[in-house]
Amino acid sequence: MNPLAPLGRLVLGFLAETGRIALFTRDALLQGLTPRYYLRQIALQFFRIGYTSLPVVALTAFFTGGALALQIYLGSSRFNAESLVASIVALGITRELGPVLAGLMVSGRVGASIAAELGTMRVTEQIDALVTLSANPQKYLVGPRLLAAVISLPLLVAIGDTIGIFGGYMVGTHSLGFNEYAYLKNTADFLKLDDVTSGLIKAAVFGFIIALMGCYHGFNSKGGAQGVGRATTNAVVSSAILILAANFVLTSLLFGD
Amino acid sequence: MTAHIVLENVEKRFGPKHVLRGLTVSVAKGRSLVVIGGSGTGKSVMLKCILGIIRPDSGKISVGGQNAVGLRGAERDQYLSRFGMLFQGSALFDSLPVWENVAFGLTHGRNMARGRAKDIAIEKLAQVGLGADVGALYPAELSGGMQKRVALARAIAADPEIIFFDEPTTGLDPIMADVINDLIVDCVKRLGATTISITHDMASARKIADDIAMIYRGQIIWSGPANTIDRSGNDYVDQFIHGRADGPIKMDVLKA
Repeated sequence: MNPLAPLGRLVLGFLAETGRIALFTRDALLQGLTPRYYLRQIALQFFRIGYTSLPVVALTAFFTGGALALQIYLGSSRFNAESLVASIVALGITRELGPVLAGLMVSGRVGASIAAELGTMRVTEQIDALVTLSANPQKYLVGPRLLAAVISLPLLVAIGDTIGIFGGYMVGTHSLGFNEYAYLKNTADFLKLDDVTSGLIKAAVFGFIIALMGCYHGFNSKGGAQGVGRATTNAVVSSAILILAANFVLTSLLFGD
Repeated sequence: MTAHIVLENVEKRFGPKHVLRGLTVSVAKGRSLVVIGGSGTGKSVMLKCILGIIRPDSGKISVGGQNAVGLRGAERDQYLSRFGMLFQGSALFDSLPVWENVAFGLTHGRNMARGRAKDIAIEKLAQVGLGADVGALYPAELSGGMQKRVALARAIAADPEIIFFDEPTTGLDPIMADVINDLIVDCVKRLGATTISITHDMASARKIADDIAMIYRGQIIWSGPANTIDRSGNDYVDQFIHGRADGPIKMDVLKA
């Protein structure tokens, strides 16, 4: 057997998958996001993707902000630069950790549930049933999820940013001995609007990735319970990797010059 | 009799698997065709090709004179609105109560107001022998036989001119199967619809068919009026309708 064959199969498989995702994305944008709109579905997805993710995002942000403050304090005290803690926590949260951690948490929660739900609908022929009832599955299933995720994620991240900075403030003022007023002033003075908006742009992109991967893997699942399980795993893994890769690209686009 | 649905030389491959091999069949308006054949012979793929869920590699499909392959956008919506389909596993939407399932094609496909659609749904549920109180339940709360009834009500809710039945009696006990057969015959008569059913349940086939066609390896190998099936003179058909393990049809135990 040709030793290069497995490598070739891997590359071909990867290219084929990329092509399928591209075609799915085109359909999702051209069919899913154009009229007609199923308002009930859109509202339901906002509730499920946005509202119910709040506790997870809030807790993640709070503890991350606290841990960040501790680490930066320990590091900066070696250079007598403790006064930087507040501003670095704020920058770290808004630019990187807020959107990335929220994206990863939501991909585990929402991406998995989208893939499992649509995957079950696929294997039980409910998606075919939609077609025979003249309801376009892209408009009924994919569009509302994409829309809800792209709009919800920046909102979640905005809330998460605030809570993350608050977490840093709690640790800073209660266990590191910072003055409350000085900590807040340092945060506000150094933080620029760009820091926040860049994180929110990232969040919108991550929301798109999460919903798209969930829908794509759900739509293409086959073979019963095992297939749905595989689709769920693939949705979470692929959206997590894409989020981290997209984060790197976006960071270099938004900040590198 | 004019042909309502015509398939000519339809071919479909999935990778190395050659599922439809020049399938040719037609159904006259208002007639009920039952397609029989073993598992994996291409029955479901045939229906999905007509609906445009699967696109055939080559061949012609036309419905009422209109070409059916490769439709898009509004033309496709218009085309699909002529069909109703009863799925093998019922395929009810488990997130919606029964009445919304039945009314789905009206509210989501045709933009009908919910109040009016609900009235029609209740009326269709009555037609399949279910009371209005069932409308508020969720599909998971129903038995298999009741789910089939709901699925039938959903398939006929928009008064389609063509209805497909995909193994309507699979998984039901013989008595419930017969009840569903009666309902199918009754509903189809009322609508005057053209139907294609696929099944391997011969009792069901005899009951609902005007014509029977047998599919084997992606081709129609025999077709004729339902009452001539016992005198087909075709060894494949004889083996199938009598359910014999020995004969010209060899079962592929492994999926090809």
